Amino acid sequence: MQNMLTVIANAFKGGAKINGAQTVSEGSRMVVSARSFADFTPQASFDIKRCDLHRLDEGPALQTVLTREDGLRYYRTMQTMRRMELKADQLYKQKIIRGFCHLYDGQEACAVGIEAGINPMDHVITAYRAHGYTYTRRVVPVKEIMAELTGRRGGVAKGKGGSMHMYAKNFYGGNGIVGAQVPLGAGVALACQYQGKNEVCVTLYGDGAANQGQIFESFNMAALWKLPCIFICENNKYGMGTSVERASASTDYYKRGDYIPGLRVDGMDVLGVREATRFAADFCRSGKGPILMELQTYRYHGHSMSDPGVSYRTREEIQEVRSKSDPISMLKDRMISSNMARVEEIKDIDAEIRTEIEEAAQFATSDPEPPLEELCNHIFYNDAPLEVRGTNPWTRLKSTS
Amino acid sequence: MAASRLFWRTSGVKSSLTGLTGGVHSSLGLTLLKLYPDCTAKPKTQRRHAAHFTFHPDPVTTQYGPTQKMNLFQSVTSALDNTLASDPTAVIFGEDVAFGGVFRCTVGLRDKYGKDRVFNTPLCEQGIVGFGIGAAVAGATAIAEIQFADYIYPAFDQIVNEAAKYRYRSGNMFDCGKLTIRSPWGCVGHGSLYHSQSPEAFFAHCPGIKIVVPRGPVQAKGLLLSCIDDQNPCIFFEPKILYRAAVEQVPTEAYHIPLSQAEVLQEGSDLTLVAWGTQVHVMREVAAMAQEKLGVSCELIDLQTILPWDKETVCKSVVKTGRLLVSHEAPVTGGFAAEISSTVQVRSRSHESEIDQGLLPECVLCRRSVSSTWRLPSVGFVGMIRPSRTSLSPSTSQISGSASRPSSA
Repeated sequence: MQNMLTVIANAFKGGAKINGAQTVSEGSRMVVSARSFADFTPQASFDIKRCDLHRLDEGPALQTVLTREDGLRYYRTMQTMRRMELKADQLYKQKIIRGFCHLYDGQEACAVGIEAGINPMDHVITAYRAHGYTYTRRVVPVKEIMAELTGRRGGVAKGKGGSMHMYAKNFYGGNGIVGAQVPLGAGVALACQYQGKNEVCVTLYGDGAANQGQIFESFNMAALWKLPCIFICENNKYGMGTSVERASASTDYYKRGDYIPGLRVDGMDVLGVREATRFAADFCRSGKGPILMELQTYRYHGHSMSDPGVSYRTREEIQEVRSKSDPISMLKDRMISSNMARVEEIKDIDAEIRTEIEEAAQFATSDPEPPLEELCNHIFYNDAPLEVRGTNPWTRLKSTS
Repeated sequence: MAASRLFWRTSGVKSSLTGLTGGVHSSLGLTLLKLYPDCTAKPKTQRRHAAHFTFHPDPVTTQYGPTQKMNLFQSVTSALDNTLASDPTAVIFGEDVAFGGVFRCTVGLRDKYGKDRVFNTPLCEQGIVGFGIGAAVAGATAIAEIQFADYIYPAFDQIVNEAAKYRYRSGNMFDCGKLTIRSPWGCVGHGSLYHSQSPEAFFAHCPGIKIVVPRGPVQAKGLLLSCIDDQNPCIFFEPKILYRAAVEQVPTEAYHIPLSQAEVLQEGSDLTLVAWGTQVHVMREVAAMAQEKLGVSCELIDLQTILPWDKETVCKSVVKTGRLLVSHEAPVTGGFAAEISSTVQVRSRSHESEIDQGLLPECVLCRRSVSSTWRLPSVGFVGMIRPSRTSLSPSTSQISGSASRPSSA
């Protein structure tokens, strides 16, 4: 190390003959930077909050190792999701995004942690707060997600689904009806079991959906047939405008699976979510049947863009969560305090992401809408094109699939 | 152009002029064809149009006492207020109704009547309706809200298998007549797949329940109060686009508008228009346009109650005008217009022996042949009924499902 630094210093001293003192100081500054880079901790160990367990003898690990590379990747992903949601907020207010828009900011650690704990070939299905999962699953340019929000042909579902209906390989949406995705998830898990590829299905739902009857039907089927299904309840404390105490007789959502083992996880800690997901995935892959995870998280926005989000909770509450438990800040602080990243580096990443989001928004705004010829496609599967009535009796559109 | 804009609504306007591209046999049809210069069978570039209709308020009614300016959601609140005041067993429940509801239909009621009478349920439609049926059977006037008609399907089993059949299967020992289910209904412009549906046709297939759709605040309050008082389980669909847009002078006291009575809003002699909910206002515009541009006099009927529907009024009107056009927001195939048009056909056929030939229904699309094979008006896309020579019984007739031109004898 010392030799290398001497070599570099000499090289700069050589250049200094031409430019004098200024270059020497440049050289010394360069040398100082090189020292910091080499001093980055490649990985560090962090404590994780203990999870509450239900019908489990032991839970996920209480300590985990985070590498610099992983940390930066999680940070980048979460920050991209955050900025994407905020940009969507802006576009919605400008009426470039229409319809309904349910934003995920505050809950980034859940999506990123889950993705970190499973394999790319595993399956995920969620409800309508789906923008984050679309990004983590597909790792596509954000611009395709934004183009779907604005209903353009470059979108994930070619501009026909919109905010609630986003799909990707091994990501089954993006579903509008509360709770309806859970039996679907159990079905996907059955396919995983049947095909024997050691895959699991992560089936997400919210605290509001936890009271739907079909959830319990799915629990029963999954447990009966030992399906490799990880049921995850993202408990963000409010089902639209109703707080969990006012909606559920039992707010211990991780216990609601009754005969299904469960664990309650701090959903604002991306590492905690990652460990818990790894634990749950191992549980399922070992053939023990389904498992239920409750992620305690929080959303900063209201239920959707038409909900200001402050009529059923105080601004102070939102502010408190933002300042004390924000997932992105927590990760950043951990990385910096353990010398795995520099403040400037993080700032650079932020700037890059900002640019990326701006470009994505630009694309989403300027991309053309799907053409009329494609508007009615994919109603049925049919070999010959089907004729579909347009908005008046004299126009016919073709539907192919 | 106003006319073409009308037909380019982003929601599906069903009309009976589908067969115009096939043989047109009357001058009315040809004239209509000319009115829409873009009427060709081939797909064309459509410009994007915003959903368009103008709400036409009813004239102020004096028969029910003093009135107050209210929009649709306020008239619903008023009806519920009247009910909670006069009926001590009345309870209102549903998702988010306590703070006033996502469409403000229950604002102020919890404060006024107490949290044991106006309360929230968790997110479980099947549970809400099942619970409502039980409460009604036990004697409470149960008014359940389903937050959007699009979410009513988990409750479909409860409505069809439990609510509708309770009285029948218990031999009148039990009934859930005190149950009323209210739900926002219909397109709103940005609702997309799950905030725009009009599911009345699904439920129309089920005897034992009543289905009602008002066109404005005055109708809404009167019809809702009738539904609540009716001794049968009722589903009351409220057009959500009218919640704020429809403003009328609504009586403050309780009043009832009878169920299963269609209302003739405008008399005419050439064509009968039937619609319900928001579409009534669209049809009003259509009638005015037809009068102005074509000199066609339209009779406009608001069906109001979908099930059981007022067959007499509609058939009587069709016998008078000879032509029928039904329009609704719901998808065309299996929509309630199909039921109306097939009933009108059957009924008008059965009138043949009693009515002067000149009054027999004739349609734009078909001509009555001198031969024994009747070609009856194809008033929708349902197709035509070709009865056998001697019998009028529907069971012996052939029904052809083609939506295109009438076939020759």
